[in-house]
Amino acid sequence: MVAKLKDVLGHLGGAVTARIWRLGFASRFFGYMLLHSGTALRRFGLTIREIYFAGVLSLIIILVSGLFVGMVLALQGYETLQRYGSSEALGILVALSLVRELGPVVAGLLFASRAGSAITAEIGLMKATEQIAAMEMMAVDPIARVVAPRFWAGVISMPLLAVLFSAMGIFGGYLVGVQLIGVDEGAFWSQMQAAVDVREDILNGVIKSVVFGVAVTWIAVFEGYDAQPTAEGVSSATTRTVVTSSLAILALDFVLTALMFTGGNAR
Amino acid sequence: MAGPSIVEIEGVSFGYEAARPVLHGVNMRIPRGKVVGIMGQSGCGKTTLLRIIGGSRRPGSGSARVLGTPVNELDGAELYALRRKMGMLFQFGALFTDMTVYENVAFPMREHTDLPPDMVHDLVLMKLEAVGLRGASRLMPSELSGGMARRVALARAIALDPQLIMYDEPFTALDPISLGAVARLIRLLNDSLGATSIVVTHDVAETLPFVDYVYFMADGRVVAEGPPDEVVSASEPFVGQFVNGRLDGPVPFHFPAPGYGADLGLAGTA
Repeated sequence: MVAKLKDVLGHLGGAVTARIWRLGFASRFFGYMLLHSGTALRRFGLTIREIYFAGVLSLIIILVSGLFVGMVLALQGYETLQRYGSSEALGILVALSLVRELGPVVAGLLFASRAGSAITAEIGLMKATEQIAAMEMMAVDPIARVVAPRFWAGVISMPLLAVLFSAMGIFGGYLVGVQLIGVDEGAFWSQMQAAVDVREDILNGVIKSVVFGVAVTWIAVFEGYDAQPTAEGVSSATTRTVVTSSLAILALDFVLTALMFTGGNAR
Repeated sequence: MAGPSIVEIEGVSFGYEAARPVLHGVNMRIPRGKVVGIMGQSGCGKTTLLRIIGGSRRPGSGSARVLGTPVNELDGAELYALRRKMGMLFQFGALFTDMTVYENVAFPMREHTDLPPDMVHDLVLMKLEAVGLRGASRLMPSELSGGMARRVALARAIALDPQLIMYDEPFTALDPISLGAVARLIRLLNDSLGATSIVVTHDVAETLPFVDYVYFMADGRVVAEGPPDEVVSASEPFVGQFVNGRLDGPVPFHFPAPGYGADLGLAGTA
């Protein structure tokens, strides 16, 4: 009995230690990547190329999703607001929901699924096919040449995608709220303009999306670089990227929202 | 072996895990200008040895000197400086799959030199011509056969005219024509570039005819060495088994296991 308990505790301790060790390794990897970002920033063409793969190729899913989320928001929001005779405030509801929360969070989740998984799979396969080792043998640092450009591309792409998601969502809200349901167009836009604050709402949303961009891309490049160089290893790493990134986005969103929370006293 | 050495390995021991050593006190000298084969069955430690020479792994004990420099004592920047004098051909080529053949060969030149684009262009075409693939410069790696990919990787390995070229299983999964072409190129490029080559392989028939010297390894140890003719004709049991592909010899056919009868559940049998 005691031996079995010791065994269970030993396994538990081993698992916890392994995770802490991996977190430490990921942190050191992050520091090394930042220190070796000179190539990615000096030869910005490398980063631009990755912005195309991570950002531009994610546009379709981001824009279409943003449009539908905005349209659903308008339908659901109108349903509630008209009970209180405030249907003209639909523009505020749609804009604030998107800019403060849904834009960064949903765009972040979509970015993790579309671009994060692709980054992990690409780096993992480069490792499995010895391309990373070949680069090292050619005296080229793969972290500087392969990892850092992808990281900075993700950090740059994420806020832009979140902004486009929110803009498309507001347009979807306009289509449904104004064009379909018949909310007054002037009230829709003017109330939105009056209520959305650049610093409290838009800037905070952008800050969130930058933080999500750092988290998702860091997880994606680390998982790819740390993947076992086998088909199964790359597959597991890709899954871990999507799961860990999604959880990180939701947890960070709560932390950031709590830090940014003013109880409505800021205005 | 006479002549100055470009690689000197002295008493190198290594294990990926402390409990499972891969190399046991290996000694080797690779003389400048020669093509040296390191042969042995899979898992005998020959690729690990190549990694130690390239600085990807540090030996647990002993020392590895390349071009007079102790590889295991170098920091990152010094190691990269030394690697610029080395070229390596990986088992399956390890070409960058998102680049064309041309860009693959140009990669080391663009990363390490400030040569103008037209000069890079000329040099890349010269390297590709040397391996017979100038006409394939615009193809992607996915459009190449295994043999062509290996030759492109060879052109990339010699892009910066290295002093030491290492080949990790260069003949794996090649058809006879490609195999002959790669074998001839290893010899030809070594002699024309004035380089030194280390060929790690288990392909006996293809390798022995063109190497100057050969080391045979078994269980992480050097068991025989010398010019190919002398080593093969000597009576070392492992070399005899390895070269002739015999089942009987110091390398057992069966992996260690408990008694066959006991495993089958037959009472009273060993």
